[in-house]
Amino acid sequence: MTQLATREAAKARQEDVQRRGRRLGWVSLGLGVAQLAAPDTVRRISGVDDSPTTRAVVPLVGARELVHAAGLLTSRRKSVWAWTRVVGDAMDLASLGVAIAHRSGRRRRRLVAVTGAVVGITVVDLLTAVQATRAKKIGSAPTARGSREGGPMELTATTTIRKPPPKVYAFWRDLGNLPTFMAHLEQIRTTGDRTSHWSASAPFGKDVEWDAEIVDEAPGEKIAWRSTGNADVPNAGTVRFVPAPDGVSTEVHVVLSYDIPGGAVGKAVAKYFGEEPHQQLDDDLRRLKQVLETGQVVRSEGAPWGKRARKEFPQRPAQPLSDSELAKGADS
Amino acid sequence: MRANTWAGRNKVKVRDVPDPKILNERDAIVRITSTAICGSDLHLLDGYVPTMQDGDVMGHEFMGEVIEVGQGVDPGRLRVGDRVVVPFPIACGACGACAAELYSCCENSNPNAGIAEKMFGHPVAGIFGYSHLTGGFAGGQAQYARVPFADVGPLKIESDLTDEQVLFLSDILPTGYMGAEMCDIQSTDVVAVWGAGPVGQFAMDSARALGAAKVIAIDKEPYRLQMAERAGHTA
Repeated sequence: MTQLATREAAKARQEDVQRRGRRLGWVSLGLGVAQLAAPDTVRRISGVDDSPTTRAVVPLVGARELVHAAGLLTSRRKSVWAWTRVVGDAMDLASLGVAIAHRSGRRRRRLVAVTGAVVGITVVDLLTAVQATRAKKIGSAPTARGSREGGPMELTATTTIRKPPPKVYAFWRDLGNLPTFMAHLEQIRTTGDRTSHWSASAPFGKDVEWDAEIVDEAPGEKIAWRSTGNADVPNAGTVRFVPAPDGVSTEVHVVLSYDIPGGAVGKAVAKYFGEEPHQQLDDDLRRLKQVLETGQVVRSEGAPWGKRARKEFPQRPAQPLSDSELAKGADS
Repeated sequence: MRANTWAGRNKVKVRDVPDPKILNERDAIVRITSTAICGSDLHLLDGYVPTMQDGDVMGHEFMGEVIEVGQGVDPGRLRVGDRVVVPFPIACGACGACAAELYSCCENSNPNAGIAEKMFGHPVAGIFGYSHLTGGFAGGQAQYARVPFADVGPLKIESDLTDEQVLFLSDILPTGYMGAEMCDIQSTDVVAVWGAGPVGQFAMDSARALGAAKVIAIDKEPYRLQMAERAGHTA
């Protein structure tokens, strides 16, 4: 399925969930209004008009139904609100169970009938809640920005550079050039025709190293690589160099996938410290464009070492650097 | 050096800051001889533009003398001793936008273009002294300024025109001119300009230069209308 078709399908599913959620909202509203406006009728139908406790309980249940209704009818987060209905159903069924145990005859028959109806509603609620939760997960999965879940993460980014594809390809293929625009790379040492040794800085000053090999390449068009051996952060990537429609530029399409240590938690922590991986890749491509088009990574007083995701805000003030700051370099 | 710096909402301070240094090979350092305050500096002053930081050097309309150039600056384009007016947008001269002469859309000169892109939906070129959204470049309301891509933007002044005669080329005259240029003025056109402030005055002069039959100034301030009249426009 194309990405667009996937997105369309997820949207259709999401619309379906919204519709079902709204329907449940109207049911909640009807029940709530009935329980609040005519509690005695509700009590009589249910066969619990013999207990003074139910005089207080029925309107309370009605009020709760109105909360479900408000959530389901106004919020788009239908999965959460459908689950609140499931919890409410469980409460109702528990109360009905207690009521049945204490009654016999006509009242008991009425209670069993009402319980049957509540079980039916519970099934509908449960199905809607499960479906809404699933639609939410599917809906967020095919985004290009990398999944929020643990496990391998895939990132894509693109830029257009005003240089012909053979030139951009040649620059990238000379792997020693990569650290000039990939801010986290310390060094790449070429160890063979297709093999290399990479070192990079990671959050909390940790350094990671790994070996990589080029697994597929077409001169002027494409390079694909992956880490080999026991890499701390197993990773793979493909970069394609596509002639742009203007006839002079190159579209650079990058797909990276890697396993961030610590799964989802590691990712959340990394993001908290400004290491959002997609943003890193985005910044890297901006720097690649700067290097190829202008010769260098562009520096400002606010971002004297080029923009780094980690040092986004606050930046240093936009005023000239002192000699000591300049001497300390990027780590100051 | 001394520089006018942002110090919080509605507060600016002239402070001592380090002298600028070459950071990129195509930088130049300019000793500033004249600088101006732009109407849009008010948006920074009153806190309307996000990403200003305490200590940011302000100012994007300035001119002066080149006192140092980086090793990447083509001597055929710029040398020490040249007198230059510096345009406020910083342009690399090499990207697609610059190739199309859309210098304010330069794709390389703003290191923080990603932030601008998220906020506005499109990036903007680097601009001197105009918040970190436009790159975090130190501005020109100072004794010296670092000018990136000095072989692209700066306009050499090789005649004996005074600073006051050429300084406005940095921002405000082109702003007024662009407004007039967009009107596709014909020799039979009567052009009315709403607002006779500095940009309006330049728009009126530009409209006349572009051939308008008559230019009318509209404003509520009598002194501005008188100024337009003195310049030969109808108030």
